[in-house]
Amino acid sequence: MSDRITRDEVIHVARLARLELAPDEVDAFTEQLARVLEHAADVESLEVDDVPPTSHPLPLVNVFRADEITPSIDRDEVLAQAPFAEDHMFRVPPVLGEEP
Amino acid sequence: MTWLIEPTLPEGWELVVGLEVHVELATATKLFCGCANQFGSEPNTNICPVCLGLPGSLPVINGTAVKYAMQLGRALQCEVGPSVMARKNYFYPDMPKDYQTTQYDQPTSFDGELMLADGFRVGVERAHIEEDTGKSTHVGGGGRINDAVHSLVDYNRAGVPLVEIVSHPCLDTIEHAKAYVSGLRDILLAIAVSDARMEEGSMRVDANVSVRPMGSEELRTRCELKNINSIRSMGRAIEYEALRQIDLYSNGESPRQETRHWDEAAGRSTPGRSKEDADDYRYFQEPDLVRLVPSAAEIATIDDAMPARPSARRTALRQLVPAASVSVDVIATLVDRGQDELAIAAIGEGADPEKVVTRLQHDLAVDDFSKITAGALADLIRMETTGELTATQVKQVLSEMVDTGGEPGPIAESRGFEAMPTDDLAGIVDQLIAEHPDEWTRFVGGDDGDRKKMQGFFTGEIMRSTRGQADGRAVAELLAQRSAG
Repeated sequence: MSDRITRDEVIHVARLARLELAPDEVDAFTEQLARVLEHAADVESLEVDDVPPTSHPLPLVNVFRADEITPSIDRDEVLAQAPFAEDHMFRVPPVLGEEP
Repeated sequence: MTWLIEPTLPEGWELVVGLEVHVELATATKLFCGCANQFGSEPNTNICPVCLGLPGSLPVINGTAVKYAMQLGRALQCEVGPSVMARKNYFYPDMPKDYQTTQYDQPTSFDGELMLADGFRVGVERAHIEEDTGKSTHVGGGGRINDAVHSLVDYNRAGVPLVEIVSHPCLDTIEHAKAYVSGLRDILLAIAVSDARMEEGSMRVDANVSVRPMGSEELRTRCELKNINSIRSMGRAIEYEALRQIDLYSNGESPRQETRHWDEAAGRSTPGRSKEDADDYRYFQEPDLVRLVPSAAEIATIDDAMPARPSARRTALRQLVPAASVSVDVIATLVDRGQDELAIAAIGEGADPEKVVTRLQHDLAVDDFSKITAGALADLIRMETTGELTATQVKQVLSEMVDTGGEPGPIAESRGFEAMPTDDLAGIVDQLIAEHPDEWTRFVGGDDGDRKKMQGFFTGEIMRSTRGQADGRAVAELLAQRSAG
């Protein structure tokens, strides 16, 4: 077992992503994620002092859209694809607590 | 005993408040798609694949929203520089993408300030661009959240452009917190980037509240108050929270860091969820949106077009008026009403500064004073100063100027307002003295109280018989002369 990531960290991340993992899945993902992090560590070991941080591969900045209304899509068509709808709204399980 | 309107904390404690103000920008469309940014539409009619977060959809940022955000930043005297959008990951049904597109380590605006009317400086840490969430309604179970059967979600608001303005935790009184929010609203309206309506949710305030022993510099555990719907409600919520925390400390306990939900009707707050740590949001740069890099020229253009800030306008007017005779509040009132420019111009035309300010404060509390020119106002004040018109006449002329935009000279003439020649006035005064010997004796020989009362009596009689055309000051002088013998 690698020390790149612990089982507890995997369980925590799964909870944030609202994923329910069986114990054997936790083991499997711990190992797989450790391998991903191992690879990231390899990249990290490269000398990149001269390379500016890059968030996008394209040399583009300031791509804007004009503030003009375009047609929205049909509400009934969208709601028909939702698991549940009521009063023209998406019906979801009760939400406990406040929004962040 | 002094009654304070401002609620005060128990002796020995002070308040520490930082405010997060979310402002919806008044663009035609949402932040990343062309859906209408419109309050009050039928549920889920302003939605599309982008704001619903459907797979394969790509956001493109609204140039007007970015411009408005930069204007707001500069109005708050922030640095405005290159910025990037980031994803803030969390699960909540009103956020269909399961992340909110916002800004994290490189916000559009940072390090600004807002000066309050009393000279208190509120530091602005940052003002960043982000998208709004959808709106959920909890249904069923007698209104208690634990009994809710389900929630209904309307995504019309999802993706509406917001700027979140984060103050430093430097607000030390409820009064300052209120003045800060109303100052922000004034700026938003002045630069026209938001309609800033708290009741419609286009301006929303979350308050981070903690308390500490008076004089201490520490920052103790804070609670974040949500669901504040008005400036007044914010004052109540902060007060309730401060007293709750002081109560805990006094019992040897400590508050827990949490989000609390303000219930305006019940006048109290209840705990919400414990906040996830910033780490748990797993912020990372939004790969689908490129960097925003304003040029120096763009920022200069914004600065050139910026209307003067209320604080600068207050200072400009203040400098023209003797500080001893006119209070800070009067100056602030005129700036709030937008009458400072008119006052400054009339003073520039040579009118007496104190009289201009006082006259506007008392007699120009109207919505529309656009017909009054500075020249006409200056003429009117001059007529008041020289005694050509009495105070009562000035009010009447001013009121007609508001309606018609006319010049004071012709208006006064058309109403038959003419300064009454002093000889005529003296005749009337003497006649009244003769008709009211008892009152006159009390005026001449009475104590101060009697003298004052009788002065009021004679002035009132004279005003009545001259239909307000006598100059109050000339009357007072005549009465004084006659009583001296």
